[in-house]
Amino acid sequence: MSPKKQQRLILFGGIFLAAAAAVALTLFALRGSITYFYTPSELAALGETPSSPIRLGGLVADGSVAYAKAETGDVVSFTIEDGGSDVRVHFAGLLPDLFREGQGVVVQGRMTGARVMTADNVLAKHDENYMPKEVADALKEQGVWKEDETGS
Amino acid sequence: MATTTLYEFANPVRFERIAARVFPVALAAAGLLGAVGLYFALFNSPADYQQGDTVRIMYVHVPAAWMAMFCYSAMAVSSTAGFIWKHPLADVAAKETAPIGAAFTFLALFTGSLWGKPMWGAWWAWDARLTSVLILFFLYLGYMALWRAVPDKTRAAKLAAILAIVGFVNIPIIKFSVDWWNSLHQPASVLRAGGPSIHPDMLTPLFLMIGAYVFAYVALLLASMRNELTARRLARMENAGVHAPASVVER
Repeated sequence: MSPKKQQRLILFGGIFLAAAAAVALTLFALRGSITYFYTPSELAALGETPSSPIRLGGLVADGSVAYAKAETGDVVSFTIEDGGSDVRVHFAGLLPDLFREGQGVVVQGRMTGARVMTADNVLAKHDENYMPKEVADALKEQGVWKEDETGS
Repeated sequence: MATTTLYEFANPVRFERIAARVFPVALAAAGLLGAVGLYFALFNSPADYQQGDTVRIMYVHVPAAWMAMFCYSAMAVSSTAGFIWKHPLADVAAKETAPIGAAFTFLALFTGSLWGKPMWGAWWAWDARLTSVLILFFLYLGYMALWRAVPDKTRAAKLAAILAIVGFVNIPIIKFSVDWWNSLHQPASVLRAGGPSIHPDMLTPLFLMIGAYVFAYVALLLASMRNELTARRLARMENAGVHAPASVVER
């Protein structure tokens, strides 16, 4: 390799490494804002109740969904959990199709108590598993179903 | 300077010969794979246990998202070859990849939005995956604008190559955004530890569509590279004051 090419190689590689380092440092510094949601455990670890709107993500706890009539409209309440902590969510609005017990959801709203939230938006998460319904049913029947695994 | 001239004349001529042969094959392969892939995707693959028929958006969305990243990577590699080894065809390949990659990125964002509304309940979310892909789209647009903003092609190639390699930092961020931060977008389904988490019946149309997209990229790239090389040759002839029809039909 001629010295000129070597020089260009070093220059080009240097530009890339400098850019990568700058971006890595920026993302590391901003990691708290880049995350789309906090989990109930992360909220509990915070030790205080945030006053600004936040997003929480977790699984809808089994048997926790309850509907109530209110003057302002129907309100649905459910508990989201992540294994470490849980938060009770009240929401008056349309739920996404995928919403059900055991499903991952992201709720957005304000904390009205230490572990109570009034949400103004509920989003459903789905996992990375794709399979036909029959396969999912068969897996459940055989008892090898796990929420975070295909098992196939 | 002598080697540059040699490159410009020798290599593009050989490229032209190969491209003329590969182009129709790639175009036919893209059409065939796309037709079979779409048939499988729409009529001959199962609905998802969670998402129902909505899952069929995946067969258009996932290949587009992959090609968005693949095209950018190809652009970064070509830019590197152009910047360090001064290979003129590499610069042309990088330049002509950009609009194709931008189109794939737009398709991924658009179909993702259509998919997000029924499944997540939102057209858009500022989560790490979606935002980093939007940045990729802007990088493509910026790269294309830079080429047009600098009149001198040699200088434009140099500057655009630097932009391409700086933006390349974004590619691993897109790939790992779903693992590094909590995001609304689900983690990887195909390229992940432990093998694909997509049922084989659904992988068939997915891979057919990926094949179609790759061949479409090859065909589009070859066609636009040939156009660019012809345009440059014409510009050179005009600069040299050649206008006689006999010279125009040199090839």
